[in-house]
Amino acid sequence: MSFLATLRVALAALRVNKLRSALTMLGIIIGVGAVITMVAVGAGAQARVEDQIKSLGSNLIIVLSGNFTLGGARMGSGTQLTITEDDAYALQREVAGVQAAAPALRGSGQVVFGNSNWATQIQGTTPEFLEARQWEVVSGKGFDPSHVDAAAKVVLLGQTVAKSLFGEADPVGETVRIRRVPHVVIGLLDRKGQSMIGQDQDDLVLIPITTARKRVLGGQQVKSRNVNSITVRARDGADMLQTEQEMRDLLRQRHKLSANQEDDFFLRNLSEVLAAQEASSKVLAYLLAAIASVSLVVGGIGIMNIMLVSVTERTREIGLRMAVGARGRDILTQFLVEAVTLALIGGFVGIVIGGAAAVAVGHFAGWRTEVSVASVLLAVGFSGAIGVFFGFYPARKAARLAPIEALRHE
Amino acid sequence: MALIETQDLAKVYHLGETDVHALAGVSVAIDDGEFVAVMGPSGSGKSTFMNVVGCLDVPTSGAYRFAGEDVAGLSADALAGLRNRSIGFVFQQFNLLPRTSAAANVELPLLYGGVPAHERRERALAKLAQVGLAERAGHHPAQLSGGQQQRVAIARALVNDPKLILADEPTGALDSATSLEVMALLQELNRSGITIVVVTHEPDIAAFASRLIAFRDGRIVSDTRNAPADAAAALARRRAEAAGVPA
Repeated sequence: MSFLATLRVALAALRVNKLRSALTMLGIIIGVGAVITMVAVGAGAQARVEDQIKSLGSNLIIVLSGNFTLGGARMGSGTQLTITEDDAYALQREVAGVQAAAPALRGSGQVVFGNSNWATQIQGTTPEFLEARQWEVVSGKGFDPSHVDAAAKVVLLGQTVAKSLFGEADPVGETVRIRRVPHVVIGLLDRKGQSMIGQDQDDLVLIPITTARKRVLGGQQVKSRNVNSITVRARDGADMLQTEQEMRDLLRQRHKLSANQEDDFFLRNLSEVLAAQEASSKVLAYLLAAIASVSLVVGGIGIMNIMLVSVTERTREIGLRMAVGARGRDILTQFLVEAVTLALIGGFVGIVIGGAAAVAVGHFAGWRTEVSVASVLLAVGFSGAIGVFFGFYPARKAARLAPIEALRHE
Repeated sequence: MALIETQDLAKVYHLGETDVHALAGVSVAIDDGEFVAVMGPSGSGKSTFMNVVGCLDVPTSGAYRFAGEDVAGLSADALAGLRNRSIGFVFQQFNLLPRTSAAANVELPLLYGGVPAHERRERALAKLAQVGLAERAGHHPAQLSGGQQQRVAIARALVNDPKLILADEPTGALDSATSLEVMALLQELNRSGITIVVVTHEPDIAAFASRLIAFRDGRIVSDTRNAPADAAAALARRRAEAAGVPA
């Protein structure tokens, strides 16, 4: 008996009991739909993480003040600033793998324009900062070294600040007061969006580090050269591990740390943070895959159940087919094809529904989703395999019936 | 030449503690072209004999040769092939596939014989025409009368041009007029050279056969020649009577 004829017989049998066939497929439909949606959401989340890596720069290293020991007591990190502006310049000058190193001095305060005002983060830095963060200026221009040298009262506005003070108007050329000190807006920064931890990266103003120290933030910081952090960008293609090691050696040397003292600074590699986040999103994907496979197995058992009922119900039909010349393997193939067809149709419907659900999730929840070809192929293969696995036992049961007993079955 | 030849055929069923001897030593030879009626009360072993002869069941002991071939040595697949090519079955309950057209039902044996689709359809339609149901090829069994359903079943039995047609109570579910139609059809097929074995417990039906074999307790108790009545003539007579008597 040809395969095409077998397929036709199987399809005809499924058509006879449309409602039952549809209900049998439901388990597979839900399972496959869940797999497709989950893989799409997972792939979307991964793509978003990759975009974040790009937006932050995957070869970004942040130097932070570490702990230091005062009279035998170890102080917590950041209680005193241990890194200086000059550390940043030294890193820039002396470590071959460093493309840009920018010191940053941070404070917060009110920014006022006309009768609007806005509390925001004030960051004093150098022209290298924009290069290190790969941050474009969309209107006006960035800092140049002369601004730093002269402690010029100029400012670059983040998008959030510009929007709250100026609305849609172009702020370049206007004068804003930062902690009561008037600054001329020379540029508007590009939008960066949220950081990985949900902070608005656009809610800040950048001013030259000298201006911040002498005129804006003031206080104790006027006298020292200390900074909160140094943002370092490694050169493309540079060995990150080696660059970090060279930076560590240089900073230890500059801080005059002996071999048995621990670092008084931290090096944070952002790609590590992102890798951890990616790993956690993978764990979530595995969890969802486990749930989906439970649903697929339940669907498979549903198919087996219905096939067993069908074999019992159609015992006389099987007997008749055997009487007119069907061999055991013809009957086996017929029922196996029925089970696989059920599973595959269920799989295809599941793919359509899962794809639609992924689009709907993307549309309504605002998540990014990507339906991958691999997940579709996987779903088809998996549902076919379920059909074979769970259809085999009922099909073999049918094939092993004795013709005369099957024919006599009431 | 003997088409069916059995020697000391025995079939024992184990029902719990007791053994039931459905066949207890049956030796018989049926020649090519015979029309045999197998008779006997229920439990006499006639149906078991029929199943063994039809290769649907295997005997516990004894020998069975079909067309000179020893059937005992054949595998289940080989038996399926033999049934497919050489034997046609007609059952009391017709055993047509529901929700399947008459033509597709007739095609069924060809499907398992590996005949290509267009040839299957052609041969099925030819056999339906032979039993007088050419216009009903697309009808489902539920849309046909009992007599028509049995004729579809006969067309199915004929479709592979078998040597033997085995009919198990073929008229058991039909009224007497329709029974005559079916028997007339079987007689016509017998005249064309097909061997026919009918199992029945009705003497009226057995009267159309040329040889009567009676079973009792698993054994043949009588085996006689018979001058067969003509079913077609009986049917014509009946119709004439029905037309002559005003309702």
